[in-house]
This record gives sequence, structure tokens and C-alpha cells, in this order.
Amino acid sequence: MPEAFEPKIVAFFCNWCTYLAADLAGTSRIKYAPNARVVRVMCSGRVDPQFVMDAFAKGADGVLIGGCHPGDCHYQEGNYKALRRVELLKRLLRQMGVEEERFRLEWISAAEGERVKIVIDDMVEKLRALGPRVPARRQEVA
Amino acid sequence: MPGVALAREYKYMCSDPGQELIRQDIRDHGLDRIVVAACSPHLHEKTFRHAVAEAGLNPYYFHMVNLREHDSWVHADKPAAAAKAMDLIRAAVRRVRWHVPLERRQAPIHANALVVGGGIAGIDAALTLASAGKHVYLVEREPTIGGHMAQFDKTFPTLDCAACILTPKMTAVKSNPNITLWSYSEVRRVEGYVGNYDVEIRRKPRYIIEDLCVGCLECIQACVFKQAKVPDEFNLGLGKRKPVYIPFPQAVPQLVVIDPETCIEFKSGKCKKTCVEVCAERNAIDFKQKEKIENIRVGTIILATGFETFDPVRVPYYGYGLYPNVYTSLEVERLVNASGPTGGEIVLRDGRKPATVGIVHCVGSRDVNTNRYCSRVCCMYSLKLAHLIKEKTGAEVIEFYIDMRAPGKAFEEFYNRVAEEGVSFVRGKVADIYPAGNGDGRLILQAEDTLLGMVRKIPVDMVVLSVGLEPRPDANDVRRLFNIGCSGDGFFLERHPKLAPVSTFADGIFVAGCCQGPKDIPDTVAQSGAAAAQALALIDAGVIELEPNTAYVTEDACCGCKTCIPLCPYSAISFLEEKKARINEVLCKGCGTCVAACPSGSIRQNLFEDQQIFEEIGGILTYA
Ligand SMILES: Cc1cc2nc3c(=O)[nH]c(=O)nc-3n(C[C@H](O)[C@H](O)[C@H](O)COP(=O)(O)OP(=O)(O)OC[C@H]3O[C@@H](n4cnc5c(N)ncnc54)[C@H](O)[C@@H]3O)c2cc1C
Ligand code: FES
Repeated sequence: MPEAFEPKIVAFFCNWCTYLAADLAGTSRIKYAPNARVVRVMCSGRVDPQFVMDAFAKGADGVLIGGCHPGDCHYQEGNYKALRRVELLKRLLRQMGVEEERFRLEWISAAEGERVKIVIDDMVEKLRALGPRVPARRQEVA
Repeated sequence: MPGVALAREYKYMCSDPGQELIRQDIRDHGLDRIVVAACSPHLHEKTFRHAVAEAGLNPYYFHMVNLREHDSWVHADKPAAAAKAMDLIRAAVRRVRWHVPLERRQAPIHANALVVGGGIAGIDAALTLASAGKHVYLVEREPTIGGHMAQFDKTFPTLDCAACILTPKMTAVKSNPNITLWSYSEVRRVEGYVGNYDVEIRRKPRYIIEDLCVGCLECIQACVFKQAKVPDEFNLGLGKRKPVYIPFPQAVPQLVVIDPETCIEFKSGKCKKTCVEVCAERNAIDFKQKEKIENIRVGTIILATGFETFDPVRVPYYGYGLYPNVYTSLEVERLVNASGPTGGEIVLRDGRKPATVGIVHCVGSRDVNTNRYCSRVCCMYSLKLAHLIKEKTGAEVIEFYIDMRAPGKAFEEFYNRVAEEGVSFVRGKVADIYPAGNGDGRLILQAEDTLLGMVRKIPVDMVVLSVGLEPRPDANDVRRLFNIGCSGDGFFLERHPKLAPVSTFADGIFVAGCCQGPKDIPDTVAQSGAAAAQALALIDAGVIELEPNTAYVTEDACCGCKTCIPLCPYSAISFLEEKKARINEVLCKGCGTCVAACPSGSIRQNLFEDQQIFEEIGGILTYA
């Protein structure tokens, strides 16, 4: 099982930067690991900590939040709000035994199609090494 | 999949027959939710919502799955891509059940427009809008409009005189009653949204009262500086101007400027002020003038801030700034110009006339160390300069090129013509430029001639560096001001490279000309026409429909904690007397930040309800 393990990542991408970057990766036919599934939100600031918890509770191996670079948020500073929340969430998740590599926040602008690949490939590689999140822990978080 | 009443496969869902299929199925099967799994919602969400609405369903009973850009185009492993597709579709099917009917809001479009940048792009866009009867504010940073084109002598490929085709347009801007021209001005603040942008403009003091100055230029004559001593910006320092000056004779507006950095009155307060004397009863000079702030409301904005040429100091082995006879192409544009600093004579900085001239292509273009992109105009303007130099001096001209790019109308013919005129071509990138060493002031151009397969060292009197086009150094600040994006090369990002080339991701804000990427004058003018047409379409529609993705408070659940209020960048949340928050739908832009932060869960967002997102997560993570 471990060597065949393919992690599943829930990715929350903001509509104006990272979602478009993923679109650009598409039009540029950049190939990357098929492990992430994107949930579109208008801004990274919309990502409620509950969404992250819910994803882990339902068995996600990793959660990725993608937003605009600092200063570039379509709504001025939603991404700063996201950053603040993520820091808090990281501590919480650590206490719950969710490894650091499983939760990531990345700034990817609409022009950075290549970065979508780099980030997702890197995350997948780390999660593969880490293995699946064990069901017992899943219970705890839920 | 639970809930799915009908699944259909069709190759071109967005085509008319594809949409008809959806409409027909809604009618025939009484469908009440629609999911389309196809391309990016950024491309066709609107199309499908429209189709759904035409069949009598609320358009928001629809959700789109991005199977192309986010899946089939990016994954080589087919089974894994198919599994991902299943997850995404399942997520959408679960989500769409929770969709509720929504109404689009309408916003009126203010008829006035703002054009930022008065190069050929901004001038042309402003004139088009004005001729359609719209009021245009044209804001230009420099004391005059005209941009780069005003600096050229001739334009490729037709060799029309730049001034002859540009200055009538500049004058037309000034005389058009529908255009308010603010030169020497900059946009400082932009607020609002499509149709209703509130813009603050800072008008720098030129120390001249515009309404009183008649443009007689006598003050320049009378200035206590008998000789012009200050390096002149318009001539890139190749000429001199006085502290009171006009950038060039045909400048628009025809108003002088006083440069406080060099004017004696500003420096010591002890000038004889011969300028004021000669201005006499006109009394147009005001040393105490302060900057002025103007506030305007406009419905649409066109950005036409242009480009800057690459600074060749960044390629040290080309010796720019080190060897006086190495010039940039823009400097040579001024040298060949009859109204330039040398009256159109090509004389070197050391006073000689060149007998051989080397033109180096692609400086700051197509180079991993500087800019990877091709600047598109350099091959052609290099040919133009070769022709002009040859015509004026009879010098031998050699072009060092990597590839000759002549893909425009009449470009290849122009290339052939210049070649027939006797200009020589060496195919190879110049690797080094250094003095000949015998004290005759000549420079050696060293390049590998890839056609002959050998390194050549060619002595010349003058080197012209065909510098590329770059984004303005403040492009990043400007794009933030207007809330638009930049592409990887730093130029403003268009909404779609093919289908929305002048739109941006900010509704009602358009781009035209070289601020969007390097291009020649014909393409620039075509784009400014397109941008003006897009703005006109909005203005004439009078209203725009806005996405209903705003946030709202369920007041019963609101505990009055005020967490949300400082989070809103648009001050859309107010606090009611009954200790509840309320969101002003008109001001809300729908980011959802307050929704995510509300501790009691009482703020919700249309189209992005918590439950809808939980369903998506659940759909993705169902292990079927
Ligand atoms: C050496 C050279 C020779 C060329 N020769 C030719 C030729 O022969 N034929 C041809 O077709 N093309 C030629 N081109 C290309 C041509 O210059 C461009 O196509 C054209 O100038 C683009 O016009 P624009 O209005 O987009 O930009 P610009 O000419 O750069 O004008 C932009 C204007 O915006 C103003 N501005 C900038 N930022 C702000 C701001 N923040 N606020 C307010 N105002 C601002 C600037 O001051 C400027 O007036 C040449 C280019 C170069 C470098
Ligand atoms: S819109 Fe991208 S982070 Fe706010």
C-alpha cells in the first residue's frame, strides 16, 4: 500500500490569481500531479477554518490554499486575513497531530502557471513520503 | 451519482447546438439543477448560465466544473485524470443541490471616461470616445502628450513623418470640448467599481497659470540663462534646455513649465525674474503655485501608460555610458530628427560624422539574462534607422541581428528595400564592444557570424543599440492602484489573450498600447480603438449587471461582536442600533472575508454558502 499511495489534496484557490494560474497552466499544457482538486473561492480570505478542518475530517491527505501575492489581492487584503488565520490553524493542526506538510498556503499570481505545477508536485511528493493520514487520527479531528 | 437525472456527453457544449441541448433537456425532463463539466468557468460560465436562464430556470441553479484547464490538459496519467474528473463532478453535483435562485444586481454606468497616459494609444482612445460624445479626462504625467511617438522622425514601414501624423491628433485633443486634458498630472487614488469609479488626480505645479499663458514662449527667450544649460529630457540629454521650457515646439498643451530644481528664483529667491517682466500684463507666472487635487467620477477607465526602453547599462559589455559613440536607438531617433538637438545632422559626441555604423539588435530582448520576450518593433525600427542614417550620411551601415522579424503588413517589403539600398547584415549576436585601441575613436564589434561560421571583429564609428521595450518602472504601483494584474514579463495582463485582449480582471478598466506588451503603432492604435469600443459598449448600455456573490447577515444569529466590521476593505458593514451588523449590498464586492471570520456563522455569502463548499469538499473526498 505505501508505495502505491496517492495522496488526495483539497485546494482552495482564489478566483483572481491562483485559480487563473491553474487555468494558465492548463492553456500552457503544463503537466503536473493529478492529486489536487480545486475548490474555487472568490478570495483566499473566504477560506473558513472550518473548511480546512472539514477536509481533514473527511479524509484529505493535504489542504492547499492558494491566493494572490501580498499586496495583490483583488479585494486589497483578504490574503492577509487568510495568512493570519492560517498561522493559527497551523498551530491547532499541529496539536491535533496533523503533520506540517499537510497544510500549505501559497501565493501564486495569475501569471504563474508554472508555479502551480511546482507547488502541487512538491506537495504531492512530500505527502507521498508521509503516507496517508491514519483513520484513527481522522476520528480525533472530527 | 445520486441526484443525477440525466447525463449527457457532447463535444462542443458551448456551441449553439450544445446550449440548445441543455435548454431542451431542461424542458423535456423538468431538470432543476444543471452541471456542465467542460472548460474553465472564466471562459463559459456566463454562456451556460444564459442558456439555463433561457430555458426558464434561474441561472444560478447552475455550476460549472473545470475539466479542461484543471484536468485533461494538465495530467498525462489518464486513469488518474479520470478519477479526478469524477471527484470534481461529484463535488459539483452535491454543491448545486444547495444552490438557491439569485437575482443579479444592476449598477448604472457613469458616462464619463478616464484615459491614463497620453501617448498615441491614449490620444487615440480619448479622441474616439470624445467623438462618440462622451466626456473624457485624459491624464498625462509629462508636461505634454505625445509619448514616444513624438520623439521619432519617421515611422516604419511607410516612413511617414511621425510629427505629421501625430501632431494633428495632439491638437485635436486640445481643441475637443469633450476632452479635459490634464498634463503634468497623475492618478493618486481610485475607489469604487465598474460604472462608478471615484478618482483623485494630482496636478503637479508647473508654476504657470494655464488660463493666462498664451504659449508665446517669450519667457524662455527672456530667461536670465542666456544659454540653455540643463540636459533636456525630451532629447534624452543630447540637447539642453533652460529652467523655463517647453518640451518640444509642437507640445500640447502649448504651455511652458518651470523646473524648480534649476530655476534661480526657486534656488535663491534672488532672480531678476526677466521672465515675469516679459510676461507683463499676462501675468501667467506664479512661483507660489501649489499642486492641485481634482476629484472626478467616471464609469470606465482606459490605461495607456506605454513602455520604457531597456537601459543598456545593464549589459555592461556593450559599453553604453562608457564609450561616447555607443547610442541607444531612441537617442538616434532624436539625432536623425530634423527638430532634434542636432537639427537632424548625425554627428557623434566627439563631433565626427560616422563613416560606418553598427546596429545591434535585441538589446534587452530574447535574452535569458534580461527579458526573454521579443520586443517586436526593434527589427523594423533598426531597418528604419539604417535607412535614415544611410540617407543622411551615406555611411556604411551593418545590422547585427539574431533573426530578422518582419511579420507585419509591408514589413518584409521594407526589409528588402533597405537591403537593396546597400545596408549589410551580419547574422549573429554581438558578444563584445571595445575600443579599436589605435586612438582613432573607433569601436570594434565582435560577433559570431552564424552564416559564415566564424567570429568577426568589425570596426565602426558609431554603435546603435536596438533596445527593447520594457514595462514602466512603476507598472506595479499603477496596476495596484487600478486593481489589475501583470503578466510574468511585467506588462499589464489582459483578461484573455485572444478573446478579451483589451479587458482586464477589473470590470470597466481596459488596456491599450504598449502597457499591455510591446507592439508597433498600427497595433497600438487598433488596440486603443478596441478599448474605446469596449468602454463605449458599457457606457451606452447604461447599466451593468453585477454578480450576486455578495455577503449578507442573518440578523437573528448575529451576536453583535463587530469582528467583521474592520475586516471589510470597502466599509460595507455598518453596526445597527439594535446591535447587529448589516452589509450594504452596493458596497460589498463579495470577497467573503467577513463570512469566514464571523464567529457565530451569521454572515453568509451568495454563491459561496458554507454548505455549498462543505458539499464540494464532501464530494471530492467521497471514496467511491
Ligand atoms: C526606438 C523606437 C522606435 C520606434 N519606431 C517605431 C516606428 O517607426 N513605427 C511604429 O509603428 N512603432 C515604432 N515604435 C513603437 C512605438 O513607440 C509604440 O508602438 C508606441 O509608442 C506605443 O504607444 P503608447 O501610447 O502605448 O506608449 P507611449 O508612447 O510610451 O506613451 C505612454 C504615455 O503615457 C504616459 N504615462 C506613463 N505612465 C503614466 C502614468 N502613471 N500616469 C499618467 N501618464 C503616464 C507617458 O508619459 C506617455 O506619454 C518604436 C519604438 C522605439 C523604442
Ligand atoms: S483575491 Fe486572491 S487572495 Fe484575495
